[in-house]
Amino acid sequence: MRFGDGAAGDAIVELAAVTKKYGSVAALRGVDLLIGTGEMVAIVGPSGSGKSTLLHMIGTLDRPTAGRVRVAGHDVAGLSDRELSALRARHIGFVFQQFHLAPGVSALDNVADGLLYSGAGLKERRKRAREALERVGLGGRAGHRPHQLSGGEQQRVAVARAVAGGPDLLLADEPTGNLDTAAGSGVLALLDELHRAGTTVAIITHDLDVAARAPRRVRVRDGLVVADERAGAVGR
Amino acid sequence: MSGLVPARLGPRDVVRTGLAGLRTRPARAALSALGVAIGIATMVAVIGISSSSKEDLLRRLDRLGTNLLTAKPGSTLFGDQAELPETAPEMVRRIGPVTGVGATGEVDATVRRTDRIPVEVTQGIAVQAASPDLLATLGTGTASGRWLNAATERYPGMVLGSEAARRLGVDAAGGRVFAGGRWFVVLGVLRPAELAPEIDRSALVGWDAAERYLGFDGHPTTIYERSTDASVNDVRDVLARTVSPEHPEEVEVARPSDALRAKAEAAGAFAGLLLGLGAVALLVGGVGVANTMVVSVLERRREIGLRRSLGATRGQVRTQFLAESLLLSASGGAAGAVLGAAVTAGFAAAKGWPPVLPAWAPAGALGATLLIGTVAGLYPAVRAARLSPTVALAAV
Repeated sequence: MRFGDGAAGDAIVELAAVTKKYGSVAALRGVDLLIGTGEMVAIVGPSGSGKSTLLHMIGTLDRPTAGRVRVAGHDVAGLSDRELSALRARHIGFVFQQFHLAPGVSALDNVADGLLYSGAGLKERRKRAREALERVGLGGRAGHRPHQLSGGEQQRVAVARAVAGGPDLLLADEPTGNLDTAAGSGVLALLDELHRAGTTVAIITHDLDVAARAPRRVRVRDGLVVADERAGAVGR
Repeated sequence: MSGLVPARLGPRDVVRTGLAGLRTRPARAALSALGVAIGIATMVAVIGISSSSKEDLLRRLDRLGTNLLTAKPGSTLFGDQAELPETAPEMVRRIGPVTGVGATGEVDATVRRTDRIPVEVTQGIAVQAASPDLLATLGTGTASGRWLNAATERYPGMVLGSEAARRLGVDAAGGRVFAGGRWFVVLGVLRPAELAPEIDRSALVGWDAAERYLGFDGHPTTIYERSTDASVNDVRDVLARTVSPEHPEEVEVARPSDALRAKAEAAGAFAGLLLGLGAVALLVGGVGVANTMVVSVLERRREIGLRRSLGATRGQVRTQFLAESLLLSASGGAAGAVLGAAVTAGFAAAKGWPPVLPAWAPAGALGATLLIGTVAGLYPAVRAARLSPTVALAAV
């Protein structure tokens, strides 16, 4: 084990000296980060700080130029593209700023299709989708199509899709970016709730108010982690 | 080993993902499927129509029989028109397997509607002497009136072929026509004789009447003969020598059904060109599908990114777009095959043909659409699969 830290045993995400270069431009310049199981972390930074690249690293959507990325106990460097796909299907749930719901498809099937690559059959996928929609408070809207839902509701559907498979890590990329304040805080409350129920949640945001709600805040700037604050350490 | 193995998608889930793109843009999908449908419909209809036409000709051939032979005078060694002996029909009748003999002899006369029309106006109608058993040998009958009998063949009466009657403006038996300087009663009008179209354009007079009133020399110019089916070739071998024992080389023997058979065979050859046209239409349809797929991949990069984030492998993304392309062209192909079959049925019904569509035509159409779908979808699908998840998700 190269990750000698004490927390490594129950860490879901372990980044060690992770560098990511696009050509000669370094988006990440040696980032160390541990996210423990059951944590709720906000990764916060202005645009261009490298937080999106950090999301790609944590979400195993891309590989680092140098350094080590371990997710759910798997060293990303040693995995093939197929294995990374399986890793994402099994361990990570994504929520995006633009919801990414299929138009013309019911909320239930949007959530159920998120489980397509988990190997479950259609009946099982729909059953779990219904449960996930209940969890996000949209049990009564399962038959609605995206255009019949408000922005906040659409993002809840996206959250339901991300958690339906019971992932070890929920990665939310600017989850409130396209929402007004009220709808945004509703979605954040939902993420809080999921966290309290045991889900590990990482929120990537540029919004300090959003970050302030998380018990742990990792500040990113110019490709480096500049601060790692725990609740109570720095009040806002 | 990491133990991370991507889940396999079952066939139903592959179809589900393939339909996802078509469902969101049904109009575009329908239009690009239409391109394939037109190509397939053209090819299926061409095959169906030519098969139906061939089947109709073969059935007519069956009905008319292939056992009719004709013997006509050819040329002499010196290039003059040969003459058949007057006894020829009788000689042919004595050939064992022969079941019927009829003869016609050309008469140097024209038939006109009235005596006011100049004598040189023939309207393409030949005046011929006919033996009484001609009608039975040809296997046709009268549409109106009666055929020549022992009594009428001695008197100035005529039986008109169907086309001759039309050109003379005679609808039915009972009127008069003018030939050789005197009036002839129209005794009857014949039905079309499919194996002997020259009879349709003839005005037929009894043998004796032709000699008496029109200066006929008594030499037959066409002998029609029917035998049993099995012996047609044997009869053919001896026919010339029987008709004209002294100059068999001056006799031309023919089988009128050969013309119909050649027509039936030509029906397939004619289809080749149209089939090529259909193939070009299909190719254009395939290009349409490829174009739709390329645009679809470009537009749906975010969906691809989402699917990759949900755990889809490159192979699964490739399979999804290939499935979409196959579904697109296969639905077009199925619609085209149905349309082609409907066109075949409609065309055959309008022509009075039996509708025939060989089973290999729709099967080949299906194969062609699957091939087109694969070829058209392969490049876009590979491009979709190569897209990196981060680039795909960042797409606008």
